[in-house]
Amino acid sequence: MTDVASLWSYLATTPLIWLTTTILAYLVADGVARRLGNPPWANPVLMSVLLIAPVLWLTQTDYKTYFEGAQFIHFLLGPATVALALPLWDNRDTIRASVAPILLALIAGSFVAAGSAILLARAFGLPMEVLLSLAPKSTTAPVALGISEAIGGVPALTAVLVILTGIIGAVTVTPLMNMLRITDWRARGFAVGVAAHGIGTARAFQVNPVAGAYAGIAMAMNALLTSLIVPLLVRWLV
Amino acid sequence: MLQTLGLLLGCQLLGEITVRGFGLSIPGPVLGLVLLVLLLGAIPALAERLRPTTMIILANLSFLFVPAGVGVISNFAVLTQDGIVLLVILILSTVLSMLAAVGTFIGVRHVTERWTA
Repeated sequence: MTDVASLWSYLATTPLIWLTTTILAYLVADGVARRLGNPPWANPVLMSVLLIAPVLWLTQTDYKTYFEGAQFIHFLLGPATVALALPLWDNRDTIRASVAPILLALIAGSFVAAGSAILLARAFGLPMEVLLSLAPKSTTAPVALGISEAIGGVPALTAVLVILTGIIGAVTVTPLMNMLRITDWRARGFAVGVAAHGIGTARAFQVNPVAGAYAGIAMAMNALLTSLIVPLLVRWLV
Repeated sequence: MLQTLGLLLGCQLLGEITVRGFGLSIPGPVLGLVLLVLLLGAIPALAERLRPTTMIILANLSFLFVPAGVGVISNFAVLTQDGIVLLVILILSTVLSMLAAVGTFIGVRHVTERWTA
């Protein structure tokens, strides 16, 4: 029988252990969230991260090693984005009937997301490269990283800010919309999709399928709009 | 399931090729999404074939963000200097953006519904 150290040194070199850890952590997190009735604060992404982080810390595993296993999950974000076509198709009639609210809400949400980030960063006197890294935070990660790089931000910082924005949107959307007594699932979903990209969209699907469909539309359209308006806003507001 | 995965990946691949080929600033998967909607428009019967696998993927969308989320923890050092300020800005900006979007959506919906009624 091999000793624990050599078993570990074998396991640590295969993607298997971190792939399995990620799935197990998510199953626990999602199970807890479901049992509690999916309250907004019990976000499955956040809880999974909080379960995995101490394991990585205790085993002194760096992110690069972890990602060698987890990349198989990360890769599926691409086909999952394409899969949003189906709920969009299912809701095509109501979408066609609400083209005007969709387009104007997209413009308002997208401008406020980037503009308020830039103005708040200026008001708090943050360094320029931090401000530029913050500006594209509401759009989906690959787009945000590209914009950040193009305008002189730090892509690594943008990556962190994008994920945090997603979690913040997913956690705050339900209490915010309930407080405002907004019952239109289209509007609720659309708002979280514009402000908090895919993680917000995942929350919307957890709550209501129509909200999920509209969040998906908002996320996809905002990927386009943010890349057009952030360079302009930076020129106007900085 | 394999057919659906193949179709989703095929749309993404076509999207990536188009985006790179024309130097567009949208991500390949977003263009893949548009392609799949067009395909569903051409072949509506495809929707029911895609549904089982697609719904499983979308029901577990949160799961796919976990690796990137773990990246936040390992990159936390980039936040140390302005961490609290950045967190406050992110919360304010995200809430303001949701308010702008939801307010506009509801407002415009009221106007257009009254107009068409």
